[in-house]
Amino acid sequence: MRHSDRVLALLAGGLLLLAASGLDAGLRRQAAVAELRQQRATVQALELTDLCLFTEARYTRHLSQADLHTPFQDHPLAFDHFPSGSLVSPPLRRE
Amino acid sequence: MQHYLARQRYLIDYTVASLLRHRSKNLGLLLVYTLVVFMLASVMLFTHSLRQEAEQLLSAAPEIVLQRLLAGRQELVPASYLEQMGRIRGVSERHGRLWGYYYDPVVRANYTVLVPRDRPLAADEIVVGAGLARSRGLGHGDFLSLRASDGRPVAFRVADTLAADSELISADLILMAEASFRDLFAIPAGYYTDLALSVRNPREVRTVAEKLTLALPDTRPILRSEILRTYATLFSWRQGIVLVLLAGALLAFVIFAWDKASGLSAEERREIGILKAVGWETADVIGMKFWEGALISLGAFLLGYLLAYLHVFYLDAGLFEPVLKGWAVLYPSFHPVPFIDGLQVATLFFFTVFPYTVATIIPIWRAATTDPDAVMR
Repeated sequence: MRHSDRVLALLAGGLLLLAASGLDAGLRRQAAVAELRQQRATVQALELTDLCLFTEARYTRHLSQADLHTPFQDHPLAFDHFPSGSLVSPPLRRE
Repeated sequence: MQHYLARQRYLIDYTVASLLRHRSKNLGLLLVYTLVVFMLASVMLFTHSLRQEAEQLLSAAPEIVLQRLLAGRQELVPASYLEQMGRIRGVSERHGRLWGYYYDPVVRANYTVLVPRDRPLAADEIVVGAGLARSRGLGHGDFLSLRASDGRPVAFRVADTLAADSELISADLILMAEASFRDLFAIPAGYYTDLALSVRNPREVRTVAEKLTLALPDTRPILRSEILRTYATLFSWRQGIVLVLLAGALLAFVIFAWDKASGLSAEERREIGILKAVGWETADVIGMKFWEGALISLGAFLLGYLLAYLHVFYLDAGLFEPVLKGWAVLYPSFHPVPFIDGLQVATLFFFTVFPYTVATIIPIWRAATTDPDAVMR
């Protein structure tokens, strides 16, 4: 078998898998519709405002409800000392 | 056309043979390149999926949350504010919300304690999130003792646990009755954590918020659109660790490109000289090098992207867990839903495949246009 045939077959296989990943994503999204609807109903019923991504600090647990200065509450020049503070930006509010 | 394709196949044959001659160097290059793409694609897929999920879920959040501020800090809101705000046109419903945090010294975790409005619970009953149940080993009928604000232990019976597939929103929740909540945290009757308002017409939300700030100057309204915007910028490329990753990947690419563009080795020059001496044209040499760059970068892109897809959507982005977890004890176990942005994938493809291929061709073009005799000497 020629080198070119082998390499082109590998690339074609890779491209096929890329297309398959798109198809897989579509199918998984469809399968998750009911679950997302259920979670949305929980958000509505419990009046939740935030995702439970970072539970270590108040201002990252309820990111949208926090004050801008909360990470620096200890004293005006204090650094934000929770690791998740480096992953998220402060809440966006109207001017 | 047939002739052109046959020619390209011969060029690929030669290129692959040439790559195999320096097997370890090129495999190392492919591995590092794949790792860079894998890292970038994993961050891209994970953050996009999370942002989309946040948008879908939090579009059911309260339209307006009204907080009271006292000396710059959030304070309890008196129930009288519900009357004081007056009759605002467009507001279809208004009520107080009761929620807060509880630090559990046993597992050193923070819980979110909440009073549900539509789920009647007995005074000694609680409903817990699946993450909390897992970390404390709680099941239906078990007891959880919480310390009240006056130091007295209060035992609650777990009446139910929230669905495990909703951990992304409820992993750390404890739901309890209003009376128990007020007793636990010593919150007097007639006070709430904040107020939630529903507005009939979504276009009136801003006007309602302005009227609220005028009627109750010590309050701060938080609109649903602001919550959604906060999560839409979650892990945006301009901030924190994502920027660090991006800068690292960019630097790696610059080093790749610099290494390629800064010149060819004497061996490569000799090879080009021999090829030209045996009759190869400049276009053939450039074509051969184009295939070299394209095969490596395309291979790295495909491998890196597919591995990232598996990592994020089949292994639940396990490599990111320590980063996201930080110092938290409670971490939701969730399965990202594969929302994929085609434009993002195309951008990743362009920025990973194109610069490397171009950086491979340019120095070759300079060497290939010179006289073979001069190159070999």
